[in-house]
Amino acid sequence: MNIRYVGDSALLVEVQDFRAAQQLRASINRELPVGVRELLPGYNTLLVEFDPLQLDAAELLQRLPESMQDSRFTVVARTHDIEVRYQGEDLEDVARLTGLDITEVIRRHSAATYTVAFLGFAPGFPYLVGLDAKLRVPRLPSPRARVPAGAVAIADEFSGIYPQATPGGWRILGHTKVVLFDAARASPALCMPGDHVHFRPAS
Amino acid sequence: MISVIEPGRFTSIQDEGRSGFAHLGVPHAGAADCLSLRHANLLVGNPQGPAALEMTLHGPTLRFAVDAVIALTGGRMEAYLDDMPLPMYQSVAVHAGQVLACGPLLTGMRGYLAVGGGISTARVLTSAATDTLAGLGPPVLRAGDRLALQPPGRLQGRYLRAPPEFPAKVTLRVTTGPHQEWFPPAALGGFLSGCYQVRADSDRTGIRLAGAPVVERNQGELPSQGMLTGAVQVPNDGYPIVLLPNHGTTGGYPVIAVVISADLPQLGQLRPGALLRFQTVNREQALQALRSVAANLRAAIVCADPGLLEARGLMVLAKAHPALREARLQLGRRCVRLRR
Repeated sequence: MNIRYVGDSALLVEVQDFRAAQQLRASINRELPVGVRELLPGYNTLLVEFDPLQLDAAELLQRLPESMQDSRFTVVARTHDIEVRYQGEDLEDVARLTGLDITEVIRRHSAATYTVAFLGFAPGFPYLVGLDAKLRVPRLPSPRARVPAGAVAIADEFSGIYPQATPGGWRILGHTKVVLFDAARASPALCMPGDHVHFRPAS
Repeated sequence: MISVIEPGRFTSIQDEGRSGFAHLGVPHAGAADCLSLRHANLLVGNPQGPAALEMTLHGPTLRFAVDAVIALTGGRMEAYLDDMPLPMYQSVAVHAGQVLACGPLLTGMRGYLAVGGGISTARVLTSAATDTLAGLGPPVLRAGDRLALQPPGRLQGRYLRAPPEFPAKVTLRVTTGPHQEWFPPAALGGFLSGCYQVRADSDRTGIRLAGAPVVERNQGELPSQGMLTGAVQVPNDGYPIVLLPNHGTTGGYPVIAVVISADLPQLGQLRPGALLRFQTVNREQALQALRSVAANLRAAIVCADPGLLEARGLMVLAKAHPALREARLQLGRRCVRLRR
C-alpha cells in the first residue's frame, strides 16, 4: 500500500483495484474519524480528505493499515437492466474505428455484464468496467460542448452513462431514459460501486 | 424578501458547499472565496453556514421588501444603498423599500452579500449552493427573481478590522504534488520560477493559466482518481489548471502542486489577467498558516458602538424616531469618509 500526501488536507491511498478502494472506504467509514470530509474512491485509489485542524495526518496514517486489513465489508451488489436506444451520434465512427459493423457493435455492447467501478466526473456518473475488448476506442479528440442526459457512451476500457447534460468527450452509442441521479431520492445515485449493469437494446 | 432588479454578471447563491457526497460524483461547490463568505456572515451575526450571494465582476441590483441587516465583502466594489455609498466590510441596516445597487468590482473577482438570518432556499444534499455544471441547487440569479430571507437573529453593528486586499499580482503557497514521477526533474523548478496569467476561460471549476513557459510532462493520463480544490493539474498541453470548488470529483491529469488550504480563498479572487506565482512550503508551514487564518477570523470582527448599533433594535426605532435614522446615515457617511 502506497500512501501519498495531496496538499495539507488529503492522503491518496493507492490500492490494487476498485474493489480494494471500495473496501477500504467501507472500512474507514465504519468508524469514521472526526475531521474526515470525504472518502473518495477512484480506479485504484482512495482519496481521504480531512480538516487538518481537526485531524492529524500522522494519526490517520497510522490507522490506515489496520483499516486495509479489515475485510468484513461485503458489497451488496444490485443488477440494473437499462434499456438503450442504440442510435448514438458516434455509432458509425465506433464501427469504423473497431472494424465491426454497427449491429455487431450493438450486440457486443449489450452482451456484456458491467460492474460499476466508481462514480465520478458528474453526480451519479458510473464508470463501468467489463467492456468488450474489441470496443476499446479513444475519446473524441475534442469534447462535445453538450452531451445530452441519458447518453450511453464508451471511452478506453470504460462504458458510462451521462446522468445530466454536460460537456463530455466519450463516444455516444445510444440513449436511455433511466434517471441516474436524483438528489431527492434516499439513495441519489442509481448505480453504486459494485453494482452490475446490463444494457438491453430497445425494441 | 429581496427582488432582483438586475442580476449582475453571474450572481449565485453559495454557502460552505456539499461535503460528504464526493463518492457519488457530487462536486463540493460553495463559495469560491470561503473566507469572504465567512466574514460577510459573521458581520451580520450569522453562524457559519447560511447562504449568501456570490457576485462575479459586476454585482446585482436588489430591492429589499423588508428591513434587513447586510454586509458586503470580497473584492472592492462600488455599491449604493439608494443614493448613499455603501461601506464594505461592516454591517449596514437596510429599510424595506430600499434599493441596493452593486456595481463593478474594482479589485478581485468575487463579492459576497450576506443578510442577517441568511437567504432561505431549498437545500440539495445539505447545501443551498448553486452548481450550474452538476445541475444542483438554485439557478443563477435572473431579473425578477425573489429571494426569501430567514428571520434575523439579535444583531449588532460590526466591522472587520483590516479588510483583505486583492491585488492583481499574487504569490500562492503550495506543497509539492503527489505525482512527481510524471514530470521530468526540471519541471517542478520551472513551474515554481514561472509567472502565470489567469486566462479568460477560467470559471468556478478551475483557473486556467497561460503565459509562462509550459511545463513538459510525460504524455498520457493517470487512472481516474479523487481530486481536490487547489490541486494544480497539468493536462497534456502543459498549461496548468488550478481546481476551484466546482471541479469534477475525479480526474486523470497529474498534479504537480497543491495550493495550501490557507491560500484557497485568494484563488477565488483571481480575475482574468491576474498574475500568479507559486512558492513551496512544507506541510507544517501550511498548517501554521491555516491555524493563523482560523485564529484571525473571529478576532478581526469588531463590534461597533455596542447598544446604539444593536441593529435590529435600531431598525425598529428608526421608523419611530427620525433622529436615530439620521444617526445611522451619519454612521454611513463617517465610514465613507474613513474609506477616503
